[in-house]
Amino acid sequence: MRRLINLQPNRVLKIALGIIPFLLILLVYQIGSDIRKAENEQDKLLPSFAEIAAGINRMAFEPSQRTGDYEFWEDTKSSVKRLSIGIAISAVIGLVVGLAAGAIPMIAAPLSPLITAISLIPPMAILPVLFIVFGLGELSKVMLIVIGVSPFLIRDILQRTQELPREQLVKAQTLGGNSWQIILRVIFPQIVPRLLDAVRLSLGAAWLFLIAAEAIAATDGLGYRIFLVRRYMSMDIILPYVVWITFLAFTLDWCLLKFSRVVFPWYHAEK
Amino acid sequence: MTAFIQLDRLSKHYRDNVVLENLSCKVAEGEFVTLVGASGCGKSTFLRLLLGTESVSSGQLLMAGKPIEQEPSPDRGIVFQRYSVFPHLNVRENVVLGIEFVESKWLGRLFGKGRKEALEKADELLSAVGLEQARYKYPHELSGGMQQRLALAQALIKKPKVLLLDEPFGALDPGIRKEMHDLVMGLWRQYGLTIFMVTHDLKEGFHLGTRLWVFDKVRHDPHAPNRFGSTITYDLSLQSKDKALTIAAIDEINAQLQAVE
Ligand SMILES: Nc1ncnc2c1ncn2[C@@H]1O[C@H](COP(=O)(O)OP(=O)(O)O)[C@@H](O)[C@H]1O
Ligand SMILES: [Mg+2]
Repeated sequence: MRRLINLQPNRVLKIALGIIPFLLILLVYQIGSDIRKAENEQDKLLPSFAEIAAGINRMAFEPSQRTGDYEFWEDTKSSVKRLSIGIAISAVIGLVVGLAAGAIPMIAAPLSPLITAISLIPPMAILPVLFIVFGLGELSKVMLIVIGVSPFLIRDILQRTQELPREQLVKAQTLGGNSWQIILRVIFPQIVPRLLDAVRLSLGAAWLFLIAAEAIAATDGLGYRIFLVRRYMSMDIILPYVVWITFLAFTLDWCLLKFSRVVFPWYHAEK
Repeated sequence: MTAFIQLDRLSKHYRDNVVLENLSCKVAEGEFVTLVGASGCGKSTFLRLLLGTESVSSGQLLMAGKPIEQEPSPDRGIVFQRYSVFPHLNVRENVVLGIEFVESKWLGRLFGKGRKEALEKADELLSAVGLEQARYKYPHELSGGMQQRLALAQALIKKPKVLLLDEPFGALDPGIRKEMHDLVMGLWRQYGLTIFMVTHDLKEGFHLGTRLWVFDKVRHDPHAPNRFGSTITYDLSLQSKDKALTIAAIDEINAQLQAVE
């Protein structure tokens, strides 16, 4: 008998083992829902799959009676837009500031203590400030993501830049490069794939800030919707929304990874 | 002998750690100096002084009569044991970069006709180091030996006067090392380089250079190992006809190095 630590599942078994926990959760849910429904026909806590399907249908495939929109898709559009803008702005800030500070000690000296201090501010604590300064519109929601995510990105990129082998920078100097040329041709192209890594790591936080901002002040969006229907205990809408948000988060992460693999094969080969 | 590189009572210490102590020597243009010595005795530190990333603590290090520039520059090329090439550029781009830095001040990148001419120059060098077949490959697709060939080509495109090699073949298989030796000897003659090469392989040192330096401490303080630094304990001309003397010296140095390690 081989040791347990040496036993490897083959491909098929690995996939099957991966799916089983999900099926188990669905099964346990079904049983729980049945038990509660047997006690009380009107139970809202664990709606049946049929009720959930009806909820999805109502939100996604029938126009809202109030606005005439397909709310599910409108919510998705608004949220994804806010998230993308917030992340894009954060990524640009993270890249520019992190790279400048990582490559130029004279910029790092005044900046890195400041960034460290800013990154310690809990972003949710200054959400009211954002609402006061930027109003309740789109800007403050995007700003929350930017403020929540960009200090992390700056610090990560700063560190990645400083981690590039010294030998490369010395070599570039012996090839006659000036500071700007070395940043442009040697550092920047190597930092971009590392930025994608950092962005992927920050997606969870970005979603958190997005949903929080939407829950507090918005008139549409995925976060707005789940907090709105909470008042009516509409688990038949909340649950599919949560699954959908998870799916979106997964897809975005997966796309970034694929993109990075295709565009920067040398980076992934190195690791 | 007219001195191209001159060490004049040169010392280097980091705080209270004395690494090099009182080195005096002259090296003519076109010499091939190999440096051997126990690990940690300051060979790389000496190369960094020549490179200009470190400065001497006392004494002088002169090149063509002037103190060595305190920053790396194209007249002193370098090949490290690792990380000498840029992983995000293919073989050709790695070599062309040295031309692009000169000819494109702001973008550091050439286009059109300028790029074509630069690529031709790069291809010439790539043939010289035997990489013409690998022009479009990325460093991660190359073997260790090929990466070092690329690093050499990259350095040579700047036509450096001095080439610094810090254990360039230390990570390569012995079989490949032999090929690299022939390559370096060829390039040295063809380009009229002055080479300083650190190696931990004494045989390599004897085989390659015109001159061999052994770095070692002459004084020891058992209570404070950092108090005294290394100096050049042997400075052997390898072109001497007297092979017997050289071989006797090898034995002695070998014994000495083993005693230290
Ligand atoms: N930047 C530095 N700061 C402090 N000490 C250093 C530094 N670089 C090298 N040293 C010290 O100098 C000594 C010689 O190092 P090095 O030149 O790398 O040796 P070698 O290349 O001969 O193996 C070592 O004791 C090392 O600890
Ligand atoms: Mg060394």
